Amino acid sequence: MAPRKTERILNLTICLLVSGRYLPKSRIREAVEGYHDLSDAAFERTFERDKDELRALGVPIEVGNFDPLFDDEPGYRIVASEFELPPIDLDPEEASVVGVAARVWQHASMAASTLSAIGKLRAAGMEPDTSQLASLEPSVSATEPAFETLWTSVLDRTRVSFDYRGVLRTLEPWGVTSSKGRWYVIGRDTDRAAVRMFKLARIDGLPTKVSRPGAFAVPDDLDLRRLAQSLAPREPTAEALVALRVGRAPSLRRRARSVPPRQPLPEGFEAFAVGYTEPAALAEEVSGYAADVVVLDPPELRQRVVDLLHAVVRTAQVPAGVEAS
Amino acid sequence: MTSQGQVRRLLSLVPYLREHDGAAMADVARDFGISVKTLRQDLNVLWMCGMPGLTPGDLIDIDMDAVDGEGVIHLSNADYLTRPLRLAADEALALVLALRTLREVAGTGERAAIDRALDKLERAGAGPAASAQASVTVTAAADDVRSRVNDGLRRGRQLDLTYDGGSGGQTTRRTVDPLRVFVLEGYGYLEAWCHSAQGLRTFRLDRIPTVTLTDTPAEAHDVQLKDLSTGWFDTLRDAPVVTLRLQPQAAWVAEYYPVKQVLRHDDGTLDVSLHVRDPAWLDGLLLRLGGGARVLAPAAAGLSAARAAQEALDQYAALRL
Repeated sequence: MAPRKTERILNLTICLLVSGRYLPKSRIREAVEGYHDLSDAAFERTFERDKDELRALGVPIEVGNFDPLFDDEPGYRIVASEFELPPIDLDPEEASVVGVAARVWQHASMAASTLSAIGKLRAAGMEPDTSQLASLEPSVSATEPAFETLWTSVLDRTRVSFDYRGVLRTLEPWGVTSSKGRWYVIGRDTDRAAVRMFKLARIDGLPTKVSRPGAFAVPDDLDLRRLAQSLAPREPTAEALVALRVGRAPSLRRRARSVPPRQPLPEGFEAFAVGYTEPAALAEEVSGYAADVVVLDPPELRQRVVDLLHAVVRTAQVPAGVEAS
Repeated sequence: MTSQGQVRRLLSLVPYLREHDGAAMADVARDFGISVKTLRQDLNVLWMCGMPGLTPGDLIDIDMDAVDGEGVIHLSNADYLTRPLRLAADEALALVLALRTLREVAGTGERAAIDRALDKLERAGAGPAASAQASVTVTAAADDVRSRVNDGLRRGRQLDLTYDGGSGGQTTRRTVDPLRVFVLEGYGYLEAWCHSAQGLRTFRLDRIPTVTLTDTPAEAHDVQLKDLSTGWFDTLRDAPVVTLRLQPQAAWVAEYYPVKQVLRHDDGTLDVSLHVRDPAWLDGLLLRLGGGARVLAPAAAGLSAARAAQEALDQYAALRL
């Protein structure tokens, strides 16, 4: 009976909030109507579960001795100053951007968390007017099945294990980060005793929580973006000389540097120098532009591109149903 | 709704209703993102709660006649719940991430407001430690481009921009009436009426190298903007379907692009179907994959990429490098 349970938990909250002093369990059992009809054992179980649920919501339930003369039975209380949202005075502009934030998450439980946060701010007096910002529609989604488990594990610091491309990994997840719409989890891989980053889309099945909450500490100076960069591809380490057809391949052109040609170029081409880290990645990009980009130097890079182009021609000649060797 | 979610909402609803005496049911439901029916159930629960003892004098008082009559809420006798509960870690982090995402595409004024709001949230207990535990990066425009696009949007002015067109690989000049800036799957976009194309167009912000704010007022257009809730896949629904066989080294295509079905063969190859609106985009993909993908159907879809590859090979041969 969900409504009865909500009533009971809310009455428990109010009871602990208004008492002002530590209340022993026996007194709570008398005061909260939802506990009246329960046997001793059922009451113990229900009370423990209710406390856990409230703590999961962030309700600070303190445990102490209700009477300094009799320290055998613990008492419980909620201190209003610990419970209440501190004053937060948002001006109209600040309130309106917070209002827009309400519609950002396209993931059900993340949207619920955001909405709940904004409900609290509204209850504290915020009245966002988002009409001026109607033409701004930021959105974040998280379609990877592993997201939800990893997110809650990050929040409550629970160790997880998951199947990553056929290998079982165990991780203390420090944080999650999204780039180009893909989510990554960063943390300490306990088997390898090293910091690692994993792409959520490559996790097979769902991660499993393998520890109690609070099982590890997150470094104080955690900087996810910097870590993600250090674990991802590096800065350019080499430079290639390419010829680009005028007006074509703009994204390559923008990160390239115009240079005087050292050899005759085809009609309508200009020479550029472009930095790269992975020859294979640049070769693929160049191959994608077909006859609009020519690799002049180094010869190894040019050969990679020529090989890719040959493979495209060869693959298209294979009749359906026959595999290329 | 789980009872935990309901408890959480009720703890905010009580101080909210104390602040907004006589608020209309519909407005309250909208502010909390719930239906009027759910709100009515919430009030039924609240009505049974109160101080220990639960005599009529102890209970939270709600004027149910006003609720069912005029549809407004009067709540009293809940002086112990004047403030909402402080933000929990999941709420704080979800809100902070949403604000940071907005910040990546917002104009200069909104950016400043977001920074101030984030600062105040942090001081109100949305701790800096927790907010370091998640980040979102949006691929969007340079600062000056972003603020001019937002200016055009806010002030209703036409924009002159250059655009590094997607798959065709050409830079074009456009005059547009800005309609909306949005973020989808990690990229920022400008949606606008394009005078050059005489139609609604979507421009990736990171592919707009330059933009000028004109003095010409933007015109009104009766157009249906893209529904963002379904992602890109749905907008491509009517585009032709192409089926590819991917070699293992090209398997990333299946996780990078919205693909329709994935069939995994014993030899590690994958068959995927995807919607292709622009044939030039498919050519670019096939060329980049260098034989890592083969078109299964329709058979002719792979021919232009092969022709382009042959043309490039002929050019290399003629250059005698």
